[in-house]
Amino acid sequence: MNDTFDLRGGELHIEVHKFRAGAIVLATAFALVLQAFVPIYFAKAAILDLPLLITIYFGLSRRNPSTGLLLGMAIGILQDSLSGPTVPLGLYGIAKTVIGYLASSIGARLDTEHPLARFALTVAFFGVHQGVIALTRRLLLSQPEPWFTMHLLVAALINAVVAVFLFMLLDRLRKPS
Amino acid sequence: MVGLPSRHRSLFLLGGVVLLQVLLLAVQIKRDSQGRLIRVWTVGAVSPFERAGAHGISHIRDTWNHYFALQNTSRDNEELKRENGALKLQITQLQSKAAEADRLAAMLKFRQTNLDVPMVSARVIGGSADSASQTIYLDRGERDGIRRNMGVITPDGVVGKIIESYKDTAQVLLLTDKDSGVGAMLMDSRVQKPVGGTGEPFLVMKYISNEDDVNSGERVVTSGMDRIFPRDLPVGTIADIKPGSTFKQVRVRPAANLDRLEEVFVLLTLKPLEMKLDSSAPVAPAPAPGAPSAAITRPASPEKP
Repeated sequence: MNDTFDLRGGELHIEVHKFRAGAIVLATAFALVLQAFVPIYFAKAAILDLPLLITIYFGLSRRNPSTGLLLGMAIGILQDSLSGPTVPLGLYGIAKTVIGYLASSIGARLDTEHPLARFALTVAFFGVHQGVIALTRRLLLSQPEPWFTMHLLVAALINAVVAVFLFMLLDRLRKPS
Repeated sequence: MVGLPSRHRSLFLLGGVVLLQVLLLAVQIKRDSQGRLIRVWTVGAVSPFERAGAHGISHIRDTWNHYFALQNTSRDNEELKRENGALKLQITQLQSKAAEADRLAAMLKFRQTNLDVPMVSARVIGGSADSASQTIYLDRGERDGIRRNMGVITPDGVVGKIIESYKDTAQVLLLTDKDSGVGAMLMDSRVQKPVGGTGEPFLVMKYISNEDDVNSGERVVTSGMDRIFPRDLPVGTIADIKPGSTFKQVRVRPAANLDRLEEVFVLLTLKPLEMKLDSSAPVAPAPAPGAPSAAITRPASPEKP
């Protein structure tokens, strides 16, 4: 495979990025580990959803819906595994599968390198992610779950701010074009 | 997927993957299973990193707290020293209050067991201005019915007697004063002899002949014959006995703590009294009629009511 190549969809010429070997696995593992134990020391860090940000980033960068949704599924299932017994396997899996697919699909059509675009997309994906979780909980698990609250809005904004800087860091894992 | 347009492949894949996970959820709900195997694998894979991370954070935090975040340590230290000093003072005050409460409780108990005995409690407000005489001042005087020659006691025993009474204060001659004395008797042998002060912490029981049987540690109580103190009030215990040419030299340790008096009772009568002692104190039988009596040596003639 080429390090980078142009994905030609109509008039668009959007670059598909490749990453250094093991970068996706390591970044995913790192995000899951941080998500699992950082809130123990900094309780307010629980507002961050690092696995979601990783899913969004690699979805937007790889721009392949199939790999994006599979990566999202893997990250979601692993996040489910590390969550408590109230989170059945598949809850975050479904949500992140959808996010992986959407991020890859949108990434294939839009230029998502600009920080403002990343900020806006993260807020939107956070909302969709929460919507899918609420839908799953309500329909499949018969559990009450709010569609959206002020707390979730704040969480979406904070995650989006963090995403801007985190994505800049993750950009360094790309192979040079 | 052959034959499907490439843009629809991922959509079908999405549907399949989501459906698969919905089935996974359904299986978990149906079988009440939590996918233990997958969780065990994931936790097993992640926990070493978590452990290492926790260890690293702990190390960094310790290093930071012990070597870098010390800008407030000096101020904290000063505050802790101040707080420590205040707490020490508070402890001392509380200990003092607890001791006072104990004393007052003992006095109240003593007072309640002798409700029929007219007496008034008084607080010690001063001592003697010279070291030669053993006197104290009380915060009550003539207004409270205190007169000369009235006895002063504590629940522990005899203290002394009033030698001067003023409007609101009274002066007490302690038993340890060399001019003081009280009619006393030995608890066991019932030998009645005066006990007097020497100006020192110990008292002296006088005129005990070498033939009299006196034992160290024996209790000495009031005989009641001095018409100041009721019979059987504790005076002290025999501390040591030395043979003399005619009389034994018998030293008595006062029952009342005369060095640390803070509250006392003044017996508001000069009539002979019968007092009930605490159940822990043995009660002596009445002295035989005609037995020799001892007298308070100063003033020479007690007032008669």
